[in-house]
Order: sequence, then C-alpha cells, then structure tokens
Amino acid sequence: MPNPSAPRQQGKQQDPQVRKKNFEEVAQIFTPEEACAEAERCLTCQNARCQANCPVGVQIPAFIALLKKGDVGAALSKIMETSLLPAICGRVCPQEKHCEGNCVLKDKFGSVNIGMLERYTADTARQKGLLKTPQCAAPSGKKVVCIGSGPSSIAAAAELARAGHEVTVLEALHAFGGVLRYGIPSFRLPREVIDREIETVKAMGVKFQTDVLVGATEKVADLLRQFDAVYIGSGAGLPTMLGIPGESAVGVYSANEFLTRVNLMQAYKFPQTDTPVQIGKRVVVLGGGNSAMDAARCAMRLGPDSVTVAYRRSAAEMPARAAEVLHAQEEGVQFEYLITPKEVLQDENGRVCGIRCTRNELGAPDAKGRRRPVEIAGSEFVLPADTVIVAIGQRPNPIIAKTTPELKTSERGVLELDEQGKTSLPGVYAGGDIIRGGATVLLAMKDGIEAARRINRYLSEGK
Amino acid sequence: MEENTILKKENLNSAVVKFVIYKPLVARAARAGQFVILRGREGGERVPVTLVDWDAQAGTITVIIQAIGKSTGMFNSLASGEKFLNVAGPLGTPVEIKNYGTVAVVGGGVGIAEVYPIARAFKQAGNRVIAVLGARTKELLILEKEMASLCDKTVCATDDGSYGLKGMVTDAVQQLYDAGEKIQAGFIIGPIPMMKFTARLMDKLGMTPYASLNPIMLDGTGMCGCCRVTVEGRVRFACVEGPMFPARTIDFDELIRRTSEYKPLEKESLARFEKDHVCKCGLH
Repeated sequence: MPNPSAPRQQGKQQDPQVRKKNFEEVAQIFTPEEACAEAERCLTCQNARCQANCPVGVQIPAFIALLKKGDVGAALSKIMETSLLPAICGRVCPQEKHCEGNCVLKDKFGSVNIGMLERYTADTARQKGLLKTPQCAAPSGKKVVCIGSGPSSIAAAAELARAGHEVTVLEALHAFGGVLRYGIPSFRLPREVIDREIETVKAMGVKFQTDVLVGATEKVADLLRQFDAVYIGSGAGLPTMLGIPGESAVGVYSANEFLTRVNLMQAYKFPQTDTPVQIGKRVVVLGGGNSAMDAARCAMRLGPDSVTVAYRRSAAEMPARAAEVLHAQEEGVQFEYLITPKEVLQDENGRVCGIRCTRNELGAPDAKGRRRPVEIAGSEFVLPADTVIVAIGQRPNPIIAKTTPELKTSERGVLELDEQGKTSLPGVYAGGDIIRGGATVLLAMKDGIEAARRINRYLSEGK
Repeated sequence: MEENTILKKENLNSAVVKFVIYKPLVARAARAGQFVILRGREGGERVPVTLVDWDAQAGTITVIIQAIGKSTGMFNSLASGEKFLNVAGPLGTPVEIKNYGTVAVVGGGVGIAEVYPIARAFKQAGNRVIAVLGARTKELLILEKEMASLCDKTVCATDDGSYGLKGMVTDAVQQLYDAGEKIQAGFIIGPIPMMKFTARLMDKLGMTPYASLNPIMLDGTGMCGCCRVTVEGRVRFACVEGPMFPARTIDFDELIRRTSEYKPLEKESLARFEKDHVCKCGLH
C-alpha cells in the first residue's frame, strides 16, 4: 500500500561549509532505502497531474511503480520512452513548477520528490549497466542537422534519431552541451552526467561535431543543400548589460562570461587549466534569476570575503528557484533586495571599487504581474564591490539571424515561428532560447522534442 | 587528411611563426578581417587569431602567431604534421570592401600579417593601396616583400631606424600626407597605443580611420560578452560586430585597461610553464 503520509525524503546534501569550497555535486543521490521510501509515497494516480504537467511528458506514476517493484532498469526505460536525458532533468528541472507543483500530495503531506527519484533511477540504472540504448526505427533515408548541442538540440536529435533519420549535431564550441556545459555549474550538474547523456545519444547513431558555428563556418543555406531538414537550437547569445556608466570597468563580468570561464573553461583549476578568472574580495551579483544564483555560488567557491546578490525587487518577486536561493544562503551568499544600480564606480586604474545604488519600494504590478520597483528619493548609497557580475538576462545568439536574412526575427532578435512551429524558411525549425529569448532547460527540451515530431511529419508527408 | 593538421610551419623571426593549417570549411568561408579561435590542448585557452590567408581549393588557412604567453608559446612549439585541438571560424564581421580611391593599411608588428588580406581585398576592389609597416627593429618587420609586391606603395618604419624610416608609423603617415597622398581611409592593426595614435592622426588629416580591436575573448561566437568595447559611447561586441570598428570614437584607453586585466595571472601561468618545459617555441 502506498504510504503518502510518510515524511518526504529530501536526500542528503554536502555540508554548506564544505561545499562552498568545492565544485562537487551538492545534492547526494538517494540511498536505495530513501528511494524506496519515497517511491512508496506515490499514489500512482490515474490521469496523473504530475505527468500532465511535465514539459516532456515523463510517465511519472508508471516509472515510480516500477521502482516500487525494484526494477530500476525498467523504470529508466519507461522514463526514456519520452525523455532521453533523465539524469540531467532529474537535476536541473524546476520540478516545483511542473510535476511536483501539481502532485496531489503537495498541500497535505508534501509532493513526492519526483526529481530525486528520476535522478536516482537514471544514475542507478546506468551504474548497474541496465541502461538500454533506445531503439531506433528503420533508416528513413532522410538527413537532419541540429544546430547547437544544448538541451533543445540534443532532445531534438535523439527524437529524430529514434524516428530513423540520420542526424548530425553541429556545435560552435569545443565541447558539447551548450548551456549545460558553459552555464550550469558542476556542483548542480556534474560534467560526467552531461558526457554520459550525450554518449547515449551518440549510441543511437547521432553524429556530433565541434567547431562549426553555423552562420559563419557554414550558412543555413549550405546546410539545406546537405540535409532534408534543419533544427536551430543555437541558444542564448550576447548578454544584456545594464546600460549604466562604468559598466566596462575592469572587474565587471557578464554572468555569461563569468560562468563560461568557471564552467566551460574550468578557470577554478587555473593554472592547471589556462583560462584565468579574477575574483575580488567583495563580489556583487546584479540580478535575481537562476544565472545570478549560479554566478553567486560559483563566486563563493573561488574564496572571496563576501558575495552579495543585489536585486531590484523583493524576495517574493525573485525569479530564481527557491531551492537555489536557499542553497546560496546556506553557502553564505547575502541578499540585498530593492536596490537599483546607477553607476559602477572605478578607482584611478579603471578597476571597480563600488556601485552607486538607490533603494526602491514596490509600486504597481507590471505587464507580467510583478510589482514594479520605484526609486525612493534621496536613498542613494554606495555598495562596495571589487568584482561585479551582471546577471540580468541575454538576447538570442545573433549570428544565424544576421547571416540568414530569409529568417523572420522579432525586434529582440528571437526567431519567429508560425502556428505550426515552423520558421519562415521551408524545412527549417527552431526552439529553445533562440525562440524564447531566455527560458529553462526543460522548456528548451520540450521545444526540441516537439520540433522533432514536426520534422518527422514534414519528412514523411512533406508538410 | 585530418582537419586541424599543420601542413607547413615557418619561423618568421625568433617569436613569430607562420602556420598553414588544413581546415576546408573555414578556408571556403573566410573573408578579409575575420579570425579563428585556436585551442592547443585539453584545458587550453580559446585564443583568437586573425586569418592571414586562405585557399579554398587546397582547404587551407594561414595564421601568424607571436609567442607572448603560455598558450601562444605552446602553439608555436607545435610541429608540422601535428594538429591544433580546435580551430573554429571564420569569426567576426568581414571588413567592408569597396573602392575608396586610395586606402592605407597600417600594420604594427604581427599586425602587418593581419592587414595583409585586407590590403589584398582593397587592391582587388580597384583601390590604390599604400602599406605602412612598423616594427621595433628590422628583425621584427615581417612580410615586407609580400606587402611590397601587393601594394602600390610600401613605407616601413622602425623605432630604432634599423630599417626604413626611423620613427613610428604615425611619422610615416604624416610624411605620406605631406607628400600629397590623398588617402581616404586607413585600416590599422597593431598594438593598442599604436592604433590609438594612428587613428587620431588620420582623423586629424581627414583620412577615415578604422582599427581592428583585440579585446579578450572567450567563446568568440557571440555568447559571453567578454569582448565588449566602447565605440561612439556605445557598448559593442567585437567578436560579432567587429573586430574592425570606425576608430575615431573607439575608447582605446578602456581597451588597454580591459586587456591588461589578466596580465599578472598570465605571467604566473607562463612562469610555471617555462619552469618545466624544454623550449622550442621561441619565447626565450
């Protein structure tokens, strides 16, 4: 019998005082006992709300039921019927917004810890050699190329390979994974997990190629001559800056740059690796999203005296996941709310020495329903800082739009799709941050899977 | 033939090496003013290097690298037949090539190699092209013969007077002006102070200056925003919007500060590297 009223298993975490000095994974995998106890809490609902609210349609009650039977290999196969990156999803999906946020147990006993169960299933089955490479349909004779190797492209590539197409993934950088590799830190998503998931997709026959920047190395038109369809999942691009004086002072990073140095280039291992990162005594991160949390927590691990996140609204409006905020706080990151930066102050050598700020109060809600920050007159003050990380968002990568004039884009540079999810070029589909401007790994994957299904239809029916 | 293989290596002077690398897709797409990102080893930096030449038929690109730190030192110790780990490109916006009438290309140090394809493209577009080449001393003046045979006029300047005019490229530009050359536009590549003062002079003399900027880059593909420079008071991203910008309003002092940010760490890295490495790279 299910045991829903048993306490929700949280799993163990590295001690904050220890983990703030390393880049090892924070959340530890469930023990078999924890996994078993947590699985037993699931009611195996018919028409389960968790599953209906999963962006990639994971068959949640079914995989948990298999876990209850102790068949972790079958549980993984069940997940992989719809999602081919379970070890990644189990770690970085904002479950509280999707499955767990809709679990019937949520209000009374606390949601089933679906994220940790997915991760347990993925890691354990693989470790025991129970992972089966998903079966692919007979070769269709069609060739598809996916641009970028981030979550949306990998998801699309896997889905397309499953349908029997010959798939190539083109990556601009020297390593695969896109934002999973350059954006998300290893203490949230270990590099081996990315490597392993990509190995599975490779085992399905997908070819991966580095150092090809589509738009520069090859144009979309070149690809259309070699492939029957194109999926653009080229992701986010240039960071949005604040547009305030002093922003180009030495010591001001965009979150993209800072995270790329630390995560992709592994600057925290300098000088064993060759790319350095400079961290001052007092670090201020401007912004309140997940990138801001990642940047703050990476910065903390580089050993400064203090790391402060400064956000212009209050804690309630902050877009970052609550769990990330909590982890950051446990690690000693401080939060200053209701602050607007006005100018980055520089010393005589052009180095950052502080931020001139004003304090805000909350005004009327904006178009998204979030209360707007309103400056308090005469509230100006200086926040001391030696390193500033600007984490206020980014625009889509500009290169493909710039070199493919036939593709319709909005003012902000996002690719525009019609109702069928097609771009303005026949045979060319797109998804992820290049159409969203900035979203989550899971929504990017969802786009990739849905686009792959459209491409399958296009290739079989010609529409 | 495997991609990224070094087909030819030539030492141009004690610290400057020319590589011909097999990279067909880049060779096919390259235009004057673009660059590639090179990586030499796992854990290595992504280093932006200007494309000096390319041959779409042969599938090769040519780069010229000056050893100034650990990464460039390691590049230059690679031998013919060995491979770069990664070669990505062509990156950046090509220089807009049109017929100005007379253009000057101004190269300082290895910048001479970098203006070479730009000179060639302007020549092909029907311009009268004047090359102004500068170096500290004669030994460091590279590609003079190639430039002289390509351009309508070539003027060299060395700081110590060991070759050509004794002085800076600015002195050479001033002399050309005084001699009545009607230069419409100048394309400058070299050390930042050299670009700054040449741009300032050209602007004063009524020649429209452009400079190819070399900010620190990471991905070089329009993602990280590390390469931002200020032009006309606006933040621009050199890896996708540049590297060539109208030079009159470039904030060169900011660029000098931002490119110096990692000097101490780079020195440390180089020192550690030199301690346990048998030199064949020309760094010392």
